[in-house]
Amino acid sequence: MPSHGTTGLAPDNNRRKGFVGMKNVLTGMLGVAALALTASVASAATLDDVKAKGFVQCGVNTGLAGFASPNDKGEWAGFDVDYCRALAAAIFGDASKVKYTPTTAKERFTALQSGEVDVLIRNTTWTLSRDTALGFNFGGVNYYDGQGFMINAKKLPGVNSALQLSGASVCVQTGTTTELNLADYFKTNKMEYNPVVFEKLEEVNAAYDSGRCDVYTTDQSGLYAIRLTLAAPDDHVVLPEIISKEPLGPAVRQGDDQWFDIVKWVHNALLTTEELGITQANVDEMKANGGPEVKRVLGQEADSKLAADLGLPNEWVVNIVKAVGNYGEVFERNIGSGSPLKIARGVNALWSKGGLQYAPPIR
Amino acid sequence: MAVTDVSYVRTEMSPSEQPPRGERGLVAWLQKNLFASVGDSVLTVVGLLLIAVILPPFIRWAFLDAAWYGTDRSVCATVVQGGVQPEGWSGACWPFVKAKFELFMFGRYPIDERWRVLLVGVMFVALFVPLLMPRAPRKGLNALLFFVVFPVVAFVLLVGGWFGLEHVETSLWGGLLVTLVLSYVGISVSLPFGIVLALGRRSKLPVLKMLSVVFIEAVRGVPLVTVLFMASVMLPLFLPPGTTFDKLLRALIGVALFASAYMAEVVRGGLQAIPKGQYEGADSLGLGYWQKMGLIVLPQALKLVIPGIVNTFIGLFKDTSLVSIIGMFDLLGIVRQAFSDTNWASPQTPMTGLVFAGFIFWIFCFGMSRYSIYTEKRLDTGHRK
Repeated sequence: MPSHGTTGLAPDNNRRKGFVGMKNVLTGMLGVAALALTASVASAATLDDVKAKGFVQCGVNTGLAGFASPNDKGEWAGFDVDYCRALAAAIFGDASKVKYTPTTAKERFTALQSGEVDVLIRNTTWTLSRDTALGFNFGGVNYYDGQGFMINAKKLPGVNSALQLSGASVCVQTGTTTELNLADYFKTNKMEYNPVVFEKLEEVNAAYDSGRCDVYTTDQSGLYAIRLTLAAPDDHVVLPEIISKEPLGPAVRQGDDQWFDIVKWVHNALLTTEELGITQANVDEMKANGGPEVKRVLGQEADSKLAADLGLPNEWVVNIVKAVGNYGEVFERNIGSGSPLKIARGVNALWSKGGLQYAPPIR
Repeated sequence: MAVTDVSYVRTEMSPSEQPPRGERGLVAWLQKNLFASVGDSVLTVVGLLLIAVILPPFIRWAFLDAAWYGTDRSVCATVVQGGVQPEGWSGACWPFVKAKFELFMFGRYPIDERWRVLLVGVMFVALFVPLLMPRAPRKGLNALLFFVVFPVVAFVLLVGGWFGLEHVETSLWGGLLVTLVLSYVGISVSLPFGIVLALGRRSKLPVLKMLSVVFIEAVRGVPLVTVLFMASVMLPLFLPPGTTFDKLLRALIGVALFASAYMAEVVRGGLQAIPKGQYEGADSLGLGYWQKMGLIVLPQALKLVIPGIVNTFIGLFKDTSLVSIIGMFDLLGIVRQAFSDTNWASPQTPMTGLVFAGFIFWIFCFGMSRYSIYTEKRLDTGHRK
């Protein structure tokens, strides 16, 4: 698995990096070990543990642009990191009560299974086998990612769809499912291409930047990060096609429904507050003067048992929004227009704005 | 008649003549050192060409064109890249290193507690430098302080939890701190351990010999990466839930065991180079095993293998970077991690960071190498013909 640590700008393809065979064996072994463990670990009430120790142990990426990386002061920051902070804010009313465990792609599942971390918020793709064999539960999808293409528009003028790429040379990291998806896509669409493969992501970047290939393919969020390191970023465009589904979300161990609910509803609360227009700036005002739904979500409804049933303090949503803002604010600050990455909301817009982000009602 | 009266006897030494023209001056020096043969001339020309090709662009990149001040990526990116530099600009992004410098040195060690790391560093230098100088007095006391007292004090200071010091988890350590801790422990464990293993392997006691051989061959037969990986991925699954086995400790044990096995073979090479007569001479003097080894054999053997030992040290120092695969950040790991900060991402950032990390590694490795040469010369007792 050559990805992690190669360049922090690497998108996290590492969920699919490495030799596929080796990975299967390992996954199987982990699965078996996980089954053996689930009985003992998962029955423990994570919320009680977390409250007892006074912080959330959050598994994050070792360094992924926009999602999790230490800033100049060494404090973790990013999209996934804000989810950790939101969780801490919901439980303790204090977003700083988080300890981060940077995990590599290989370590992350063991870290969660063995109880080293309470929750894994590390751009991990939600798949069936991870839900079943690995024994996890995914608390929703906080970022819809997928494999995309980037081209140098100066070299390939007039190309505005991946379907026009027949005969192109494509830079791709070897031994990844990115490579396999690429082969599938071109075969399905009866197009020819020349793969230019490299072991390390840095090499792929350099090769693409120096023009050794026409097309760069990896996860879309990664393409935006890579654009920052190109000599002439404006010459490069990300094509609209997405050829694989990579729904990323926070994962917890199976068998602790209360903890699963909390992680799930922290995500839903972030979405709901965006939908209702509750922001970091106006949350106090909304709390006082909002409509019935706003008041219910913010825990201002008389005799509400919503928060208590979840095992959280009454003002958990207020605390989340005060700490990190709503989903839209978290997105824009870390990876959207407020960050150098400038990723468009796209499919990650709210359902009411043409995207896929949809939260069940808080009531 | 006094001798001095003889007018043709000189009263003072005649001034020495200059060497013949062919033996002095720039031309002679060049002829002797750079163009002695056709092969030498070719090498000289190729070398000069290489320097001419590589050095000026590097100096331009690293110093003349480099960005020195700034607070974010814009100073290290051209206008089209979203920065302020002119089109086609290429230079080092030193503000990145400046902004991240403390991160590179201490990792995420809490800012208010960093004085503890610095104090340990000062103690390290204060004890280590006299130990390196042959003329500094009280070697025994110094070594005792450095190898016995210092680790305990350093441990208490760095980890904390005693005497009102705040506990700092090792997961927050990083950067040069981790590199040096790993190297210090690896080096100071591997040498004694390696000597014992080497002696064990040459021992006549079958069990001891077998244990040493099995240990050395087993450890040398497995890549360090595998051991670190297994320790971090598989080990937690076998431990009772909730127990976390400190990652740094895992890495320390792995690195120390590995270095010991390699060291054992280096030392064994030295032991084998000592003529049998030395062993027999020691026996004939009635020395016991440990006296024989300690007074006669090892001093000669270790002197012979200084280059090998230092080679292992340098290898160990650089191998510490492997801990990044278990989610720990040594100097190189944390530099690479910093590339993922979007605030600094630019085409120049990775290059600058890697040049910086490479330079730090080079300082340490070069220092070790020079000291080894100095020690070799000092201990040279004329085996050379």
